[in-house]
Amino acid sequence: MSDTTTAPAASVAPESTEAVLSVDNLKMHFPVKGSGVIRRTVGHVKAVDGVSFEVARGSALGLVGESGCGKSTTGRMVTRLYKPTEGSINFEGTDIANYSGRQLHPMRREIQMIFQDPSTSLNPRHTVGSIIGAPLRIHNMVPKNKVLSRVQELLEIVGLNPEHYNRYPHEFSGGQRQRIGIARALTLQPKLLVADEPVSALDVSIQAQVINLLQDLQKEFDISFLFIAHDLAIVRHFCPEVAVMYLGKIVEIGDRESIYERAHHPYTQALLSAVPDVKQAAIGGRRERIRLEGDVPSPINPPSGCHFRTRCAIAKDICSVVEPPLLQIGKKHKVACHFPGEIHQHPEKPITAPLLGVDEFGAPDPGASPAEVPGDGPGYADTWYDLANNSRGRA
Amino acid sequence: MTDLSKTPETTPARDGAFLSVQDLKVHFSTSDGIVKATDGLTFELERGKTLGIVGESGSGKSVSSSAIMGLHRGTNAILSGQIMLDGVDLLKVSNEDMRRRRGRDVAMIFQDPLSAMHPYYTVGNQIMEAYQVHNDVSKKEARTRAIEMLERVGIPQPDRRVDDYPHQFSGGMRQRAMIAMGLINNPSLLIADEPTTALDVTVQAQILDLLQDLQRDFDAAIIIITHDLGVVAEMADDVLVMYAGRAVEYGPCKEILTNPEMPYTWGLLSSVPDLTASTEAKLIPIRGNPPSLLNPPPGCAFEPRCDHVAKVGGDLCRTTLPDLTPAHSGGNHTKRCHIKNADEVYEAEILPEIAPDLVED
Repeated sequence: MSDTTTAPAASVAPESTEAVLSVDNLKMHFPVKGSGVIRRTVGHVKAVDGVSFEVARGSALGLVGESGCGKSTTGRMVTRLYKPTEGSINFEGTDIANYSGRQLHPMRREIQMIFQDPSTSLNPRHTVGSIIGAPLRIHNMVPKNKVLSRVQELLEIVGLNPEHYNRYPHEFSGGQRQRIGIARALTLQPKLLVADEPVSALDVSIQAQVINLLQDLQKEFDISFLFIAHDLAIVRHFCPEVAVMYLGKIVEIGDRESIYERAHHPYTQALLSAVPDVKQAAIGGRRERIRLEGDVPSPINPPSGCHFRTRCAIAKDICSVVEPPLLQIGKKHKVACHFPGEIHQHPEKPITAPLLGVDEFGAPDPGASPAEVPGDGPGYADTWYDLANNSRGRA
Repeated sequence: MTDLSKTPETTPARDGAFLSVQDLKVHFSTSDGIVKATDGLTFELERGKTLGIVGESGSGKSVSSSAIMGLHRGTNAILSGQIMLDGVDLLKVSNEDMRRRRGRDVAMIFQDPLSAMHPYYTVGNQIMEAYQVHNDVSKKEARTRAIEMLERVGIPQPDRRVDDYPHQFSGGMRQRAMIAMGLINNPSLLIADEPTTALDVTVQAQILDLLQDLQRDFDAAIIIITHDLGVVAEMADDVLVMYAGRAVEYGPCKEILTNPEMPYTWGLLSSVPDLTASTEAKLIPIRGNPPSLLNPPPGCAFEPRCDHVAKVGGDLCRTTLPDLTPAHSGGNHTKRCHIKNADEVYEAEILPEIAPDLVED
């Protein structure tokens, strides 16, 4: 409380991990057009509604959440397949959120994408050689007569037979096709790879092959990953940092241990408890889990206050009135909940109320003085809100 | 076995399992040769129990279960063996008779509800049809029953949603509507082909809860086809691991997942990360790809991908197909592998890799 130092800039990270990508308050609102001749805009789908995160160099950030929570849209904005409605995407210090097509052209070398379904993201009428060679030709990376040898080199890197450059995608199995997609993404030696569900279309035994390949490539070429997936076990294995999204917002973000061992958001806890576990076989029966009723609400008309309150077991009055801010509660741990706490240990009173200047039912409290919320912005601050003492903590 | 007459309905139920599949073979004749999609599959299932079938794509899981549904009739598939359901051999009954049983005795839930449902008819229409085919009821009664079923599977406002089209439902709701359709005639056998693969974990948990509740209420036998061992661990009583059209390991769920004795099952267990394993450890994938069913390896189908061939010695794995023999853990646990001391190999080499915390010394 007595902390008077100014909030440090987001880039001052405790360790010497420098962020390759820093996304601040990114929003993507798709217009909904009415019927009729004029097709007036009648509303917006708030697919992504203000997310902020950082991806450290050579590291990986996992984005998890149910379908429709905006994780793929976020990935597509980072690769600038979509133009964000608002917010900034700082890639190596330059904001590419509003770049034009011409300005983006050189940036495409740096940020590449791996798609979910390898059979629909490869052109069936092109040979593998021309698919993987296309980026080389477009960006004039190598002389024309050297394209083939580079393609073969890439095929070898991803573990395919270099002799197969003149085969067509349908001649490969699913796992091999995903390797072609990875080879294409690697062609331009990108610094950041956005992997959108890279293994969810593959069989379990092949999934492990592809994950291992991605890890090897990450080490060898020092690539940073934005790893989008809904399989929590895979994300835990691959990503040192994880962000959990719900209905266009990040509800919890932190390093692996914080999210998987000490999740403080009821949604993260529900997600984790829903993952079926092989070890359950030894015990028999079903694991005890937090049941989430119903479906994700529509992003056209999200619930007021906290988006998750309609399915939340611990929701109280304040949740429908005030939206919880993303509050930093640990060195590398932020959570957006009025009652953050480990499972069955959620506090009775909304700890966010004094910070926001409201009483515990969400009504404005004239006596309170709204404080600055620690953890606002893409990175992690070196001061945070200490849940144990209800005061500011420090590294 | 019982000699089946032309009117199998009158055959009294024989002793033994409710569903008993004996030496089922499904072969497809193609221009390149015969594809042996399922090659000699044998299993049994009691009422109120769940069998989990696990395996990679192309291992014959779906083909075998569609054979139980009689979905290969009218195709060029060559079927042989025996599928006894409640004393009736489903491979011998007439098409007309099979049509009457389909949906009433045996129902199936498909993987992708968007493509399994007709986009041109409302959800209610399709559920009502399933009911009216087997019951002589008026449209109004069928509609009431459809609404009742939708409510049972947890669709909110079922009386309004019954008139929606499949595209107006979310993925989880479509899957629930499929389950409502499958269960509307209280089938005694429900085949769920990857019922939750396309769904999020939270929705998956809801659907699995729903299947278990319904099983309890209707005492149905369930075959759940999946590649997620976690789902199997929580749902199944028995597990059948399939590889290249054959059962490679079969037995009680607990035995299979805690004392597996077949290298392919080891591979499946070690290639999936779980929520508690060390993140430093690398995943151990099964190398290579599944074999072509046109031209399967002459010996053990898993031999080209197996890391334990040396433990058998000689050419045995490459030349001779191992039989399904009782495993060391005893009981009904069987495995198809030449390795003599598979239980010791598992404890010494595999367990430390996949669950170091379980190794005691």
